[in-house]
Amino acid sequence: MFKRRFRGPVEQAAATAAERLLQAGRLLHRAETTPDLRALYRTDQGVNDAPYRERWAHDRVVRSTHGVNCTGSCSWKVYVKDGLITWETQQTDYPSVGPDRPEYEPRGCPRGAAFSWYTYSPTRVRYPHARGVLVEMYREARTRLGDPVAAWAEITTDPAKRRRYQSARGKGGLVRIGWDEALEIAAAAHVHTIRTYGPDRVAGFSPIPAMSMASHAVGARFMSLIGAPMLSFYDWYADLPIASPQVFGDQTDVPESADWWDAAYLLLWGSNVPVTRTPDAHWMAEARYRGQKVIVVSPDYSDATKFADEWLHPHPGTDAAVAMAMGHVILTECFVRRRVPYFADYVKRFTDLPFLVTLREREDGGYAQGKFVTAADAGLGADEGADEGAAWRPVLVDARRDVPVVPGGTLGDRWDENRAGRWTLDLGDVDPLLSLYGEDAESVEVVLPRFDDPSGVVRRGVPVRRVAGQVVTTVFDLLLAQYGVARPGLPGRWPAGYDDPSLPCTPAWQEQITSVPARQVTRIAREFATTAEKTGGRAMIVMGAGTNHWFHSDTIYRSFLSLLLLTGCQGVNGGGWAHYVGQEKVRPFTGWQQMATAADWVRPSRQMAGTPYWYLHTCQWRYESFSAGALSSPAGPGLFSGRHTVDLLAQSARLGWMPSYPTFSANPLTLGERARASGRDPARWVAGEVAAGRLGFACEDPDAPRNWPRVLTVWRANLIGSSAKGNEYFLRHLLGAQDGASAQEAPPDARPRDVAWRDDAPSGKLDLLLALDFRMTSTTLFADLVLPAATWYEKHDLSSTDLHPYVHAFSPAISPPWQARTDFEIFHGLARKLGELAAGRLDVAYDLVATALQHDTPAETAQPGGRVPDWREAGHPAEPGRNLPAFSLVERDYTAIADKLGTFGPLAEKLGMTVKGVTVRPGPEAAWLAARCGRAETGPAAGRPLLDTDVKLCEAILALSGTTNGRIAAEGLAALDHRCGTSSKLAELGASVAERRTVFSDTQDRPVFAGTSFEWSGKEAPDRRYAPFTINVEHGKPWHTLTGRQHFYLDHDWIAELGEQLPVYRPPLDLAALGESGQGASGDGRSVRVRYLTPHSKWSIHSEYQENLLMQTLARGGPVIWISVPDAEAIGVADNDWIEAVNVNGVVVARAVVSHRIPQGTVFMYHVQERLVNVPKSQATGRRGGVHNALTKLLIKPSHLIGGYGQLCFAPNYYGPTGNQRDAVTVVRRRSQEVSY
Amino acid sequence: MAQIAMVMNLDKCIGCHTCSVTCKQTWTNRAGTEYVWFNNVETRPGQGYPRGYEDQDRWKGGWRLAHGRLVPRAGGRVRRLARLFANPELPLLDDYYQPWTYDYDNLTTAPLGDDVPTAPPRSLVDGRPMAVTWGPNWDDDLGGGPGHLAGDPVLRKIGDDVRLQYEQSFMFYLPRICEHCLNPSCVAACPSGALYKRVEDGIVLVDQDRCRGWRMCVTGCPYKKVYFNHQTGKAEKCTMCYPRVEAGEPTVCSETCVGRLRYLGVMLYDADRVGEAASVPREEDLYPAQLGCFLDPGDPAVASAAEASGIPHDWVEAARRSPVYSLISRYRVALPLHPEYRTMPMVWYVPPLSPIVDALAETGHDGEEVGNLFGAIESLRIPLGYLAGLFTAGDIAPVEAALRRLAAMRAHMRRLNLGEDADPAIAARVDMEPAQIERMYRLLALAKYDE
Repeated sequence: MFKRRFRGPVEQAAATAAERLLQAGRLLHRAETTPDLRALYRTDQGVNDAPYRERWAHDRVVRSTHGVNCTGSCSWKVYVKDGLITWETQQTDYPSVGPDRPEYEPRGCPRGAAFSWYTYSPTRVRYPHARGVLVEMYREARTRLGDPVAAWAEITTDPAKRRRYQSARGKGGLVRIGWDEALEIAAAAHVHTIRTYGPDRVAGFSPIPAMSMASHAVGARFMSLIGAPMLSFYDWYADLPIASPQVFGDQTDVPESADWWDAAYLLLWGSNVPVTRTPDAHWMAEARYRGQKVIVVSPDYSDATKFADEWLHPHPGTDAAVAMAMGHVILTECFVRRRVPYFADYVKRFTDLPFLVTLREREDGGYAQGKFVTAADAGLGADEGADEGAAWRPVLVDARRDVPVVPGGTLGDRWDENRAGRWTLDLGDVDPLLSLYGEDAESVEVVLPRFDDPSGVVRRGVPVRRVAGQVVTTVFDLLLAQYGVARPGLPGRWPAGYDDPSLPCTPAWQEQITSVPARQVTRIAREFATTAEKTGGRAMIVMGAGTNHWFHSDTIYRSFLSLLLLTGCQGVNGGGWAHYVGQEKVRPFTGWQQMATAADWVRPSRQMAGTPYWYLHTCQWRYESFSAGALSSPAGPGLFSGRHTVDLLAQSARLGWMPSYPTFSANPLTLGERARASGRDPARWVAGEVAAGRLGFACEDPDAPRNWPRVLTVWRANLIGSSAKGNEYFLRHLLGAQDGASAQEAPPDARPRDVAWRDDAPSGKLDLLLALDFRMTSTTLFADLVLPAATWYEKHDLSSTDLHPYVHAFSPAISPPWQARTDFEIFHGLARKLGELAAGRLDVAYDLVATALQHDTPAETAQPGGRVPDWREAGHPAEPGRNLPAFSLVERDYTAIADKLGTFGPLAEKLGMTVKGVTVRPGPEAAWLAARCGRAETGPAAGRPLLDTDVKLCEAILALSGTTNGRIAAEGLAALDHRCGTSSKLAELGASVAERRTVFSDTQDRPVFAGTSFEWSGKEAPDRRYAPFTINVEHGKPWHTLTGRQHFYLDHDWIAELGEQLPVYRPPLDLAALGESGQGASGDGRSVRVRYLTPHSKWSIHSEYQENLLMQTLARGGPVIWISVPDAEAIGVADNDWIEAVNVNGVVVARAVVSHRIPQGTVFMYHVQERLVNVPKSQATGRRGGVHNALTKLLIKPSHLIGGYGQLCFAPNYYGPTGNQRDAVTVVRRRSQEVSY
Repeated sequence: MAQIAMVMNLDKCIGCHTCSVTCKQTWTNRAGTEYVWFNNVETRPGQGYPRGYEDQDRWKGGWRLAHGRLVPRAGGRVRRLARLFANPELPLLDDYYQPWTYDYDNLTTAPLGDDVPTAPPRSLVDGRPMAVTWGPNWDDDLGGGPGHLAGDPVLRKIGDDVRLQYEQSFMFYLPRICEHCLNPSCVAACPSGALYKRVEDGIVLVDQDRCRGWRMCVTGCPYKKVYFNHQTGKAEKCTMCYPRVEAGEPTVCSETCVGRLRYLGVMLYDADRVGEAASVPREEDLYPAQLGCFLDPGDPAVASAAEASGIPHDWVEAARRSPVYSLISRYRVALPLHPEYRTMPMVWYVPPLSPIVDALAETGHDGEEVGNLFGAIESLRIPLGYLAGLFTAGDIAPVEAALRRLAAMRAHMRRLNLGEDADPAIAARVDMEPAQIERMYRLLALAKYDE
């Protein structure tokens, strides 16, 4: 009880009286009062505090996590009370990462903490649903015909019926059906499609396996068993940094967040860590207390900027200019004016800078950058006899002897068994010469492209010498020219100093482009390099989607990576790149891959690059009216002039570069039969048919009905609402639904030459869109069949990430409620049904499978020199696996799919499991699995270990992977030791982890450390944080590239055509100049034309799950677009006004968030704002406003289509065109504030 | 006496709101509390939740000094009784926000129509269709722009609107729970005696049986951290998770804080000094006055007196190891929120560092360079006056001193990080010993659970 006091004279008197009373009370009460009578202590009164105690009480706590495509991989406690999930909090039992650094716990973010809302939410999918009109027609036909497959065939081939259900897509009208009927319809669609069109007309889409490996693998395994392609996601999401395969020959390998702690300098470049890596952000906050300096580069004052010591805000998309200028400073001050020994030593050993490159004389007298000089060119190694590998062994000059030599570790040493032990970075007594510069060195002028200026080129001299009759220089010398770093005596145009704005790449030059002060860039470059020098490379760049989602992301990233390579930061704890954009890490990789591709039963599987698939099958290419030559370098040879991008895509497919499904304009099962009937080698037979023109590629006539994709299954994903760039084209062409695009098709003179143009664009290619989900999404709204999936709190699974070193489990807190089933159960059910319907219709078939020339296999040496050996042109005979895809004939018993899905097949033991070129044989593991899981007793898989529950599938993934099974790791590292030589000590490394073993129950107990394995490039241990490429640096293991080193230089013909042999600044696309922009539907009133950026949202669970009520409440309650103060003023918009963003691709209706945090000329619409909640009808079209991707359209960068050449080769989610979307522009205007839904 | 207190290091807060969500999921996702966030996070500058709550001229929360005595700003008992049934100083639902949901069912059950189904918003209170025009975190990340943010009462006081332009932007996050004050005005305001401060740990609670729903506590609390449950008709507030704290577990917001910025600990204080400290005339003196109430748990005399007065030995031990005590009293890097409300709040904050202003970007102003150490503090984007308006009733000196210590810690540690010799001069410039700075570093950076 507290004493009350009164005011005013009267009150004063009253107060005095009250005081007396209290004084008296003090004597009367047993309780104590403070001497100033302020407080009274009572212990005699009972209080009722029971409601909160009851509220806190619960029955049990279960470990699980979120299987969303988020890299968090946080372990959570899920609370259960009275059989219901109540809430969740983060686990706090991660094994310690060391006494001298912070810990990982508590890992988890507000989005994760809000997840349990979905369990019982009104958006939960409780029962199987189907499109009403489709079900009616199906039931009628099924009853009449008595056959599910015939019923499906009739509905999908009768144009009226087809139109009827396709045009109903996305318009409501879903009806509840039973599980049996749902699975029967789905199975009938699969059987009909496989029989009529072929298994490559079916496809599966499910991204980011690391965040629920078993749920992903079981569906992918089903697809692989039936021969359906799985579509890639990482490149399609534009999260794949193409620069990573280009530079490192690796998909993406990054440090765990605990390694940020080891960094002494941190650049956060286009990455908003507190929002996108929420559970890891504390490392950044804490590392600053260890004296780490933090620079944030971001166009807006982002959440991350709060932590910065300095904020750089270049204009969006111009980041590479900043980085090129930093490179200019570092090269000038650390390589030319002074030579930092650590840096020089690093680049000699671990980069391609000392390697020789030919220069080709041009007609204008200058020289063009050419190819790497190889042993074959230089006539080296002839004493060892002619071998094909010589063309794959680039050459450098040994400074000690001043002669060209072939160092070990190049691609020519990787695959040839005769050269075992020579694939190593150990240089022996060779000292690579970085530069040919010298007093009496000859020099020539190289014509270098520049894209910041209409002049297009700049000529600069490099020192040269002649090797085997060719004019050559080093990559380092070319790099100095590219960065404009002058050395006395070299001809050409060089900047006068840092403050010379006239020429690339000075700090003053970048200031004109980016607005960042030149002196600031200079100073930060110096600080960065100085820190790296003092710490042996502990400077790090966290790079994110803000710099990676651009059309030219690869050149942007290469300009960043160059800073790290020049300063010796890569492969060092606390240093290097930290790319955090949709990356993931299936730590138990080998096991997951075996399961997901069903390689234990059937090889090869069909793996498709997502972006070209959607670009073709949603007809987005039809709206592209510029020639691919518009992107070419002014210094390039003109390979693309007059060619449509889709022509390049077709060329890529026929050369075996990128995969292409559907592959041929015929059913691959028919082709399989014909190949068998021919009695010839199937690959030779197909090559003959193709070369003779009797068999066409489907991608050359993608709009022909026989070449359409027909059945698509989406699970663990929200394709339509989240990742579908060019969303309205998906709706129009893939689904046949209504759309909001107004773009014009390419005029006749801008159409492709090699790809057929059909005047009637298809509408509704897809017969069946099947979605598995536990909530309603944009995908389920448009799907024909929606199957109710279990949530992540209702099943067993595994999770891992690259951001922490652990593997941990999902466990069911409750059983799937209503009629929900786990993905595992659904695919097993579908497989059984498919087997039933396949009997007598498909039975055993022979499938002709075409696969691309794949990275980390000998096929990466198919096309020496990085040229374009098109068999349609003279001099290049068609040869499967060389300049054609590889072809295999695969036997499929369609009645046995379910049996194989649920057992571990024999091929893993027989042929081994190959990951990144290393093969291991899991004999002991197969025996262990049989003992642990039991064996199938009957059927086609009799005797094989059972994988008939999700737990067993998890056990298989863990048992078959090196990170979780030390025996596998040791075997793989021993195999690598064999390739790299005993000096690598890789076998010893393997022996050090051989006893480690993790089983599923371990991951249920608490998160478990993953171990070092050949599957990854870094070392890790309980006392060692993971940083990529530490195995390369510490064990001399080559990178998986042409030179075996990290590449500054790329010499493929198509790269040269784009002028991107070296890092270079390319501005954002000028869409107007490319004929890609326009106002779209017209409207009244004032408008602004702005750059349209779609960064990651703070209030949706990763790239999906925007409609969560808790998140919407903490945000603005619906779709919003962030707009700058001047832009808002220009169009008369106040905060929270309704606005419309319109371009030719579609219309978005949203509320405005006006903020001075946003720069003028740019708007942000955070990713995945779907139509689900609070989206009114558009004023411009009268139809429902679009998703965030309604304003985007796919544009393919041709260099992403390259294949067959070293690190520039396809592998799923490793190399392939990105679905970039950052270059989009839109018009924004205020709309009527009266809205209707 | 002993008090459970909290320090939040704003320099580490990433503004993620995990604390808000886990707290809400645990405590207030029930009918009647839809709009209630025991824990919320505000972007500053910003109006906060409920909007403009810091404007005590309007809301009349906390205490004021009249004739040298503390009186509730809302007036004495007579005035308050007169307003029992019509209290103009009570925030309305719209000041918090009108909670909403959506017609989610529409997504699944919409019949075949002519367009894509959507789920329009609907009030969670009366079920009617509504437009979303305000929320509990409306100005997140500077949303709303200068026009809106100029309504921030703290910003208004310092009159600095220059910093609401793009180049001068600044922001940070302020997570808030109940302050569990030593001199709680909500308790004083309750006509029913339902609010009480627990003797054993200082947690301020509402007795659900005694509460009569007068809502005087809502007005009385200057932080607006007592809420009215419109279903039960009773007041509810942050409980410091007492069912967990009593079992030795941290509060939900602390345990789930991903930024690892919350420190819970025991503070020993002299209850007899509180009234006097809360009544010092100058508002700027309130922070030092409150510091003066705290007892040094390392002092053997204090420890034995505490045990003699009935505080359990393990609590005294906990006070001795209390990170909160270290941050508040030893290192003086934590400061109270709005001491001028005179409630003697017990949730304190380490003020945030921020990037240097653009004007200095060309030449740089490296806070980790010893020479620049303190020049850099003055060049930070967040105006010192703004922080002082939050934490020290406008007195810049303690804010500056706290920031200097953070900067000195970074400078000291950077030398070690780069493999250079420690420079004792750095610590000396902020009146610390290198070993002390390293202990503070360990507390702020490593923040081990078991320490």
